[in-house]
Amino acid sequence: MNCSCTNGGEGERRTAAQENIAKIIGKFQGRQGTLIPILQEVQEYLGYLPRWALNFIAQQTGIRPAKVYGVVTFYTQFNLEPKGRYLIMICQGTACHVNGSARILEALEDELGIAEGETTADGNFTLETVACLGCCSLAPVITINGNTYGKLTPAKARKIISQYRSRIRESKAECI
Amino acid sequence: MELVRAHILVCGGTGCTSSGSKAVQEALHRELKKQGLDKEVKIVETGCHGFCEQGPLVIVYPEGTFYCQVQVEDIPELVEEHLLKGRILQRLLFTEPLTQERVPHYKEIDFYRKQRRLVLRNCGYIDPEKIDEYIARDGYVALAKVLGEMTPEDVIEEIKASGLRGRGGAGFPTGLKWGFAAQAPGEKKYVVCNADEGDPGAFMDRSILEGDPHCVLEGMLIGAYAIGSDEGYIYARAEYPLAIKRLKIALAQARELGLMGDNILGTDFCFDLHIKEGAGAFVCGEETALMASIEGQRGMPRSRPPFPANSGLWGKPTNINNVETWANVANIIRNGAKWYGQFGTEKSKGTKVFALTGKVKNTGLVEVPMGIPMREIIYEIGDGILGDKKFKAVQIGGPSGGCLSEGQLDLAVDYESLGSAGAIMGSGGLVVMDEETCMVDVAKFFLDFTRAESCGKCTPCREGIQRMREMLQDFSEGKGSLEDLDKLERLAQTIKDTALCGLGQTAPNPVLTTLRYFRDEYEAHIRDKRCPAGVCRALLTYYIVPELCRGCTACARVCPTGAITGKVKEPHVIDPEKCIKCGACMEACRFDSIILK
Repeated sequence: MNCSCTNGGEGERRTAAQENIAKIIGKFQGRQGTLIPILQEVQEYLGYLPRWALNFIAQQTGIRPAKVYGVVTFYTQFNLEPKGRYLIMICQGTACHVNGSARILEALEDELGIAEGETTADGNFTLETVACLGCCSLAPVITINGNTYGKLTPAKARKIISQYRSRIRESKAECI
Repeated sequence: MELVRAHILVCGGTGCTSSGSKAVQEALHRELKKQGLDKEVKIVETGCHGFCEQGPLVIVYPEGTFYCQVQVEDIPELVEEHLLKGRILQRLLFTEPLTQERVPHYKEIDFYRKQRRLVLRNCGYIDPEKIDEYIARDGYVALAKVLGEMTPEDVIEEIKASGLRGRGGAGFPTGLKWGFAAQAPGEKKYVVCNADEGDPGAFMDRSILEGDPHCVLEGMLIGAYAIGSDEGYIYARAEYPLAIKRLKIALAQARELGLMGDNILGTDFCFDLHIKEGAGAFVCGEETALMASIEGQRGMPRSRPPFPANSGLWGKPTNINNVETWANVANIIRNGAKWYGQFGTEKSKGTKVFALTGKVKNTGLVEVPMGIPMREIIYEIGDGILGDKKFKAVQIGGPSGGCLSEGQLDLAVDYESLGSAGAIMGSGGLVVMDEETCMVDVAKFFLDFTRAESCGKCTPCREGIQRMREMLQDFSEGKGSLEDLDKLERLAQTIKDTALCGLGQTAPNPVLTTLRYFRDEYEAHIRDKRCPAGVCRALLTYYIVPELCRGCTACARVCPTGAITGKVKEPHVIDPEKCIKCGACMEACRFDSIILK
């Protein structure tokens, strides 16, 4: 555990986070095959799996760090980097493919100025692809933070992004 | 028990939820309250009805009136007409495309009439979050029969006699598999439900779990009794949050009623289940990889033997079946193997659930008897090709399956016939393709998927798929020679013969079947530098139709390379030398005057 932070406030926050992670691990004590559920819960808590958290999990569970890292990188659900506020998932299923999902992806990449797998610089949007969302009757489909948008065209997809953008602007205005 | 005069069933499956069924349900609650009907009419949120295309779906019982594409704005009129005045609201009924007739009852719609819903008998009919509704439909009767009247051997014999085969894809006889696990030495045994439905274009298992979770639990209880297991796992995709939620509810309810846990129904039989959420890896649908994943490791397959029946989870005898297989079990036990045998063909008994999607008019979930000709599924249940275009292919079995052409339309849909055509039954994805789908592109699409999902353990799969993918990329750009087609075929066959697990062994199927049935399309790409379907971009040029162009200059303004020229209010022209085929002009054009040819 090499904590490289210099900010005292962040250090305190991390200690608090570690306590909570220890609680999550405690819930699974004495059961077999719990690494994946632990990682899932920790990711839900932190939003992603930073290196310090992986080391901490390894230390607490006695599983070798290399094994923890191996499991994290094997499954697509786990993220080593933080995600944007809105996670856009573009379905790449067969029905979506034959109904033009590639053009939806292109339009969104262009609209957001990022490539698949990236997050916008302002941290608002992350663009990802997913094998199949199982809403094949509504192809092509995307989800944004779990909300489904179906029967899309490139123009419709762009419009949805601009709706989210104005929502972000409004929420900012409220904060001020 | 409350008595009501009508039930309104609102579909709460993923498809209908995506098209807004939650808001429809809330509007119904408000309107019933407003009209003072909330004590007489009950709203039930059900699982998937299968006709996702027409969602959100609302069915009113006792008549069984089927309303489709119901919107929030329709609710006041629907409540007033149907529930207050007792008149059917004509405009929300389904219109049969062929006859343009409005059909009031769903059993009369062609989409449903041709189906035999055995596995899906409760889907869309009961509230999946209430165990009482499942029990009212003879739920857990089979479990009681097994525990009260049958020995484990009797159960295995009954399943064997029914001819049930694994619905996960390979079609191994279920009774035989149970028998292996039952005979395997050892005190501790596991049963597992494979709900890691990762095939793109398939959502049968999700719909069963969302619409009728108890039938899967009951099947697993019966299986556990038969092989002598006291602990089980359901391994479900994390991408299916609704299915997981309903499974958890079902499990808690079953425990509460003593149908799960210690001394079930007052007998010595004890069994309980854990739900494991997968973390996103297609290969985990393979049984040995799935077990590695449950154990908390990287989900990589291992070679068999030893088979899971002898050495599975944590080295103990384990029996794995997929969701649809488990969902068949209670029906068979309750009605008997003989009853089950009347459906299907000699070697493929029972029914199969398919997710019918792609370029077909009626899309959704369909359950048909085995052996039904493919043509009936596509043209009678699916009502033919969208936009009256020409049928080109049907892809069956996802990335492990194959593409069949028009010549195979009369093929019987059963394990043997599909296998001889180079495809597999698979888990049940049926994606229909029309003349605008390029088969080289489709093969490339599936290899993109299997390449990304290959775990990398064995060389044929890790390297071989990559090489096949590179060759297809060349073909899609008009490169390569006709001899390369033979090379591709040889490579595909080698991978099929030598890969470690099911993923690698079946990954070449899309390539092999497209080469077999659509070789001319490959040849057109290579020899004529032409993509007949107009999909492979490198072989197409953007072209402005002069008659349609209004000279608005929108395309010229967005073109990043200045390839478009023309005067205002005069037709523009694209210089193919400068064009980089980015498609920006096509998107900018408001008059659809830019085409690919």
